Amino acid sequence: MNRYPLWKNILVVVMILIGLIYTIPNFFGESPAVQVTPAKSTTKLDPALLGQVEAVFKQEKIQYDGIYLDARGVKARFANTDTQIKAKDVLQASLGKDYTVALNLLSRSPDWLRSLGAKPMYLGLDLRGGVHFLLQVDMKAALDKAAERFVGDFRTALRKERVSYIGVTREGQTVQVRFSNAAELAKGKKIISKEYPDLTLNESAEGESQLLTASLNAVEQKRIQDFALKQNIQTLHNRINELGVAEPIIQQQGVDRVVVQLPGVQDTAKAKDILGRTATLEIRLVDEEKSDAATLEKADKGQAPLGDEVYKDREGRPILVKKNVVLTGDYITDAGPGVNSQNGQSVVNVSLDARGARIFQQVTRENVGKRMAILLIEKGNTEVITAPVINEEIGGGRVQISGMANTQEATDISLLLRAGALAAPMDIIEERTVGPSMGQDNINRGVHSTLWGFAAIAVMMMIYYMAFGAVSVAALAINLLLLVAILSMLQATLTLPGLAAIALALGMAIDANVLINERVREELRNGNTPQASIHAGYDRAWDTILDSNVTTMIAGLALFMFGTGPIKGFAVVHVLGILTSMFSAVLVSRALVNLIYGYRRKLTKLSIGQIFKA
Amino acid sequence: MELFRIKNDIPFMSYGRLTTTISLVTFILAIFFLATRGLSFGVDFTGGTVMEVNYPQAADLDSVRKAVDSIGLKEATVQNFGSSRDVLIRLPVKPGLSVSQLSEQVKAALVNADAKVEVRRVESVGAQVGDELYENGGLALFFVCLGIVLYLWLRFEWRFAVAAIIANMHDVVIILGFFAFFQWEFNLTVLAAVLAVLGYSVNESVVVFDRVRENFRKMRKASVVQVIDNAITRTMSRTVITHMMTQTMVGSMLLFGGEVLHNFALALTIGILFGIYSSVLVACPIAMWLGVNRANLIGDVEKKEGSKEEKVVEPDPSEFA
Repeated sequence: MNRYPLWKNILVVVMILIGLIYTIPNFFGESPAVQVTPAKSTTKLDPALLGQVEAVFKQEKIQYDGIYLDARGVKARFANTDTQIKAKDVLQASLGKDYTVALNLLSRSPDWLRSLGAKPMYLGLDLRGGVHFLLQVDMKAALDKAAERFVGDFRTALRKERVSYIGVTREGQTVQVRFSNAAELAKGKKIISKEYPDLTLNESAEGESQLLTASLNAVEQKRIQDFALKQNIQTLHNRINELGVAEPIIQQQGVDRVVVQLPGVQDTAKAKDILGRTATLEIRLVDEEKSDAATLEKADKGQAPLGDEVYKDREGRPILVKKNVVLTGDYITDAGPGVNSQNGQSVVNVSLDARGARIFQQVTRENVGKRMAILLIEKGNTEVITAPVINEEIGGGRVQISGMANTQEATDISLLLRAGALAAPMDIIEERTVGPSMGQDNINRGVHSTLWGFAAIAVMMMIYYMAFGAVSVAALAINLLLLVAILSMLQATLTLPGLAAIALALGMAIDANVLINERVREELRNGNTPQASIHAGYDRAWDTILDSNVTTMIAGLALFMFGTGPIKGFAVVHVLGILTSMFSAVLVSRALVNLIYGYRRKLTKLSIGQIFKA
Repeated sequence: MELFRIKNDIPFMSYGRLTTTISLVTFILAIFFLATRGLSFGVDFTGGTVMEVNYPQAADLDSVRKAVDSIGLKEATVQNFGSSRDVLIRLPVKPGLSVSQLSEQVKAALVNADAKVEVRRVESVGAQVGDELYENGGLALFFVCLGIVLYLWLRFEWRFAVAAIIANMHDVVIILGFFAFFQWEFNLTVLAAVLAVLGYSVNESVVVFDRVRENFRKMRKASVVQVIDNAITRTMSRTVITHMMTQTMVGSMLLFGGEVLHNFALALTIGILFGIYSSVLVACPIAMWLGVNRANLIGDVEKKEGSKEEKVVEPDPSEFA
């Protein structure tokens, strides 16, 4: 009577097999590796890179244990750190500055496991060492900056429509326009509300003059803040790529915060320096008069004509630009890819603020037919992103940059235009650094806690419940196996609190088996046959197990929702541990008990320890 | 082996007044210490910086202190922990200096004093982060309680839900009381432990309640008190064994877990010890006083059958309290 249908047995076996496959990678350890990724996050990964890297290794006779391509770049494993460092130097030299070559650690698990998607758990910073920053974006500054732009925009708009006003000023995050009489105010209001429908306008009188107050409505504020945050994250991505960190994590947290995690980085001072740095964008005119082949060649060797500078464009060709800066990136409010409605070509649409628009209009008027260079200055390097020809005078602050090869390039360049600088200042409000030796110590602490605790529980259970105790221990071991497998599958970040949660999950999971074993004993005590006792014991215990796990689960979910950082890691493991324990404590242990006892017809005694009969 | 050989049910409910009085006293003591001493919050909550540094030789605390003082951080505490070579430095939030600048300055000063220093861990938290933690911690506690009450209400009855949550909030307060009395550091991992304990010890009450409900079905002639006494006695073996197992695991964490997990394990230990007691000996009397009986637990279907017997035996629960 205590037999599982075939499908249940198969289910248990399959789950255990899957558990084994996904747990194994954690035992192979890691070997030194290098990782090659495109230097700019906007550069697309070319699958040919794999062959390129292989060719370099072959040429330099560097032995590698494995090499493969993934979504982010090419990774190669080596037998020792000497080879790893040599490979890094060789790759950096031959691939140039378009690619970042970073030292990394890679799992030594065989390829067939990797092809199944079986990877070791992702270790958190407290286990692998590194630095964690929480950055707060100054949203007030972002809104102030937006309001400041409206001051200029309003002046231009009112002047264009010949509305007379006394003054335009910024008060906090609102813009106040002062008019001498109500009629002018009404005219002004009409223009502003037409051009900037997202603004909320209020009228008031102040002494002799009439006041129009424009404030950003909630939708517009949110848009500005979202934009600032996205741009800052994009900028951070670009900067961190230069640090050569193998697997950086840059994530939004809440509405105005960014988490940056840099595994393996110990030089926090340098990291902070790079995070805080500003990149700038400049628009300058190309010096067409002097751009003949001879002068360009001379300039390329370092002899630029007076008042000019020479920079390379993205194809590496020299371009002679004037020293005089027309516009900086501060005037850019937005940039996005688009399509020219007349010829269907890919373009980049750039929006300038009012002052930028005025300057741009003037410069374009005076330089029709000439080229205009857009330069990105970062880390002391200046690069000409594009140098399109000015076809006509451009007013209104909406600039279309043509000459894009395809939509991909248009997207890339608009990202670059946006990501050059930070949209709003950021402060580091939390910093956690863990040294590499500390990381290993923490792993040992967590693992030792779990293993010794497990061993003690195993001994106690087997003494107290004999064969049923052994079954419980086996179920607990399978629980551990499944938990580790799920964590590896999800690639959830394992932290020290996470390891503690694994230990705790095991300590709590045994409850289900104790409940079952006690119930079976009780049934025996009441004089039931062994087979009936097993059946009734498992059946009756199930309701209790379900109820008690649900309450524990509620606590785990609340922790997950309100916890941050290490607490979230704890909560994830806690919740998953409850799920796996329900499976293993009930289904797996029953399958084992059925296997041992279920097929015996004349079962007179169960090995479940001594039963006291009242 | 069998630890519990109990022939007759232990009359737990007749000790109800005693056990709840003991609880009340510990509870009031915990509140008293919380009010007078307060919790010693870690940097996670207060903001500030903690640095763990290691020297190849025994650390000279005075020179470390001098180095920290030299940058004008008089409020810093410098102490050994673990071994004489490990030093823990705590710095409060300094207005006008960002957390990241502060840690770099201290690092530079330490290297200046002794170049062999190894910075093992730095945690710098700005004041604004800490403020949110109180809020989120409170919210988490609130939602755990709400979730548990709703679930128990649905599965059992409101009387059980209220009794379980009172008993288990009392555990939480007692854990906090211990942390206040000994001035142990209360950090994020301790908060996690407290919430985990809440879920865990409700678990305990659920096991007993489950049995109470079952007993109401089976022991038709028994009084409410007898039913509850029997339920507690029958589940006692399981309660003690389970807690012993969980405590074994937590004990292993206390032994091997090191500095970071120490207070976490400590909070769990207190929670488990008081959890056994309160979830059974506090939750059940409260449920009884709230008037749990066969009719309101088993529901309408069985009410008719139950009501016949209720005439025979249904003593006033308060007589037994």
